[in-house]
Amino acid sequence: MNDRPAGALDEGPATPGAAEAVGTSDPGPAATAVVGSGGGRRRKGGRGRGERGEQPMVPPAEFTSYYGRPVVKAAPWEHDIPAYLFLGGVAAGSSLLSAGADLTGRPALRRTGRFGALVGLALSMIALVRDLGRPERFHHMLRVAKPTSPMSVGTWMLTLYGPLAALAAAGELRPFLPPRLRDGRLGRVLGGGARPAGLTAAVVAPAIASYTAVLLSNTAAPTWHAAHRHLPFVFVGSASAASGGLGMMATPVSEAGPARRLALGGAVLELAVEHRMEAAMGITAEPLHAGHAGMLMRASKALTAAGVVGTALVGSRSRAGALASGAALLAGSACLRFGVFEAGQASARDPKYTVVPQRERLERGGPTRSA
Amino acid sequence: MSERGTTSWYGPLDPAPDAGWTEAPPRKGFFTDTSICIGCKACEVACKEWNAVPEDGLLMLGSSYDNTGALGASTWRHVAFIEQPKALGPQEAGFAGTAAGPPGSDVLNRTADSALTGDRTALGTDSSRLEVGPAGLGAVDLGMPSMTLPGSVDGAQRTDFRWLMASDVCKHCTHAGCLDVCPTGALFRTEFGTVVVQDDICNGCGYCVPACPFGVIDRRAGEKGVTKNAGIAQKCTLCYDRLGDGLQPACAKACPTTSIQFGDLDELRERAEKRVEQMHAQGIPSARLYGEDPCDGVGGVGAFFLLLDEPEVYGLPPDPVVTTRDLPAMWKKAALAAATMLAGAVAVFVGGGS
Repeated sequence: MNDRPAGALDEGPATPGAAEAVGTSDPGPAATAVVGSGGGRRRKGGRGRGERGEQPMVPPAEFTSYYGRPVVKAAPWEHDIPAYLFLGGVAAGSSLLSAGADLTGRPALRRTGRFGALVGLALSMIALVRDLGRPERFHHMLRVAKPTSPMSVGTWMLTLYGPLAALAAAGELRPFLPPRLRDGRLGRVLGGGARPAGLTAAVVAPAIASYTAVLLSNTAAPTWHAAHRHLPFVFVGSASAASGGLGMMATPVSEAGPARRLALGGAVLELAVEHRMEAAMGITAEPLHAGHAGMLMRASKALTAAGVVGTALVGSRSRAGALASGAALLAGSACLRFGVFEAGQASARDPKYTVVPQRERLERGGPTRSA
Repeated sequence: MSERGTTSWYGPLDPAPDAGWTEAPPRKGFFTDTSICIGCKACEVACKEWNAVPEDGLLMLGSSYDNTGALGASTWRHVAFIEQPKALGPQEAGFAGTAAGPPGSDVLNRTADSALTGDRTALGTDSSRLEVGPAGLGAVDLGMPSMTLPGSVDGAQRTDFRWLMASDVCKHCTHAGCLDVCPTGALFRTEFGTVVVQDDICNGCGYCVPACPFGVIDRRAGEKGVTKNAGIAQKCTLCYDRLGDGLQPACAKACPTTSIQFGDLDELRERAEKRVEQMHAQGIPSARLYGEDPCDGVGGVGAFFLLLDEPEVYGLPPDPVVTTRDLPAMWKKAALAAATMLAGAVAVFVGGGS
């Protein structure tokens, strides 16, 4: 996280979007970069895979920038953050599955869900602390509670959810304790506390899965912000698909019915809303198709679709089919989180995605005014 | 402090009282009049010196006389430099259509001679006149090394041009995205209505960086213990320490042309309105204020500008909006999505089957 080049000087080389904007146009002062179907982005992004068939999503747009430099800054976040988006989603969905399994007498699915939630949560915490500029100050997050900061809201939700998910998972360890401990006070707490803890965690869990969309959207990164109406649904769909996939993989086929149904519902929701989201975003949807982010998004759609087909056809028949389908859904969810993350970062690095939508807004209705 | 009180999320307001300050002094800010900026970068230097901002690279960017590039964690003032093939209002550089040549070359000396003596007809491709040469001022070749390959642009035509220079800085927004999203309370609203990072509180989460609609704040790179405040979000403080002692910020103090003017925001806005009227009367209709409107997308900024071209020419967003404006709508969608997930989870268990 700290190997980002220092200061403004190094931003040029580190920002491929900006370089392209200059490359497609007269590199002269305050260059007017002409973009569109003949633009350098397409040429550069075109590695011969499905690029040529794509139509420009908006008519060619002209815009001006300061030597192709970004207007807004990309987040100083590394891969810890998209990893957290994925792992937090797995944890949240797993809590829901384990609570339902607990209530409907499916011990294997309950165990999978509780451990899935705990592992997902623990890895999330590591990722979140690692990504800080000053990891040793992570507890400063607990100084304030601010509804204007999705990160603060998320911190407090995780503070509530974490111990509950941990207690629910600890209940699964009771049978493995030595008899003296198992029947002592500790054993009784673990045995009696697991269900209420697990059920309460399941009530908080959906918020854990959906708030991460607000975390990204509540920024000036053009692609993240423009996605704000749809991204929460895409993310809860992705979380459901991933946790359902994990449930299918780690639970006998006979008990995994709810996991399969959650996976199917989540995957279909994710694919459908993601499609509508891109259609509603105008020019800011472009980074979801370009470069590395575009590759991840295409991989995500293919894996999730394959997972859906596999789950529907063989998920309930063979263990191998359930394993393969579940793995595809998990991988699809991970690719989606990394793809959305990188698309937002790319949109911040290219002044086009900041200037063009704002210019269009100005031409439609004049400057934004609050009163 | 800033955590006190209920702050409004959008719309015009006075930020210090809104943040809970009682008996706050008048809101302070900058009016940066870019029309009189000479690009000397004294503000950049003064800022670095006063605030002990570390060095952030000594590279040549190769795009203009601006080798700073952009605002960042270790660049709190940034002087943009733009060269355009345009005339500045009624002002004429007097070179449009004349021959171009490398510095020190004969053709350029003759061009300069002719321009100075007003003998316009001697310019360009009229070789018979050039052989005669203009009378009067003879440019002397000092033998200085030329900037281009000798003869590489001979015969080309010069265009009209103008230089735009502008000292950019943190805008100290009325509705500051960075402050809104800060999860530690490290960013706070001062009694002067400005936005400042507390170095001992910030844990470097980096959320303020993408939240700023102007791309101002950044997390400082470097090793902890080697670089000052490494891993911590950094930006202009409007010299909070100097303001507390009744001084003006270092950049405004150092500005030799009063392009950077510091004062009470109300008074600065009045002054700026007059300046724009004056420039329009002088035949420079492109002069416009940027960020002074308390009803704009960020509730007006504390550090506003007089620009001579569109904002994006200077690297500024043409219509910035604080992301917090849309946050209530986002929370609603997130709640709806969470409810959908919960309902779905109930359904997959109630729905029957194995």
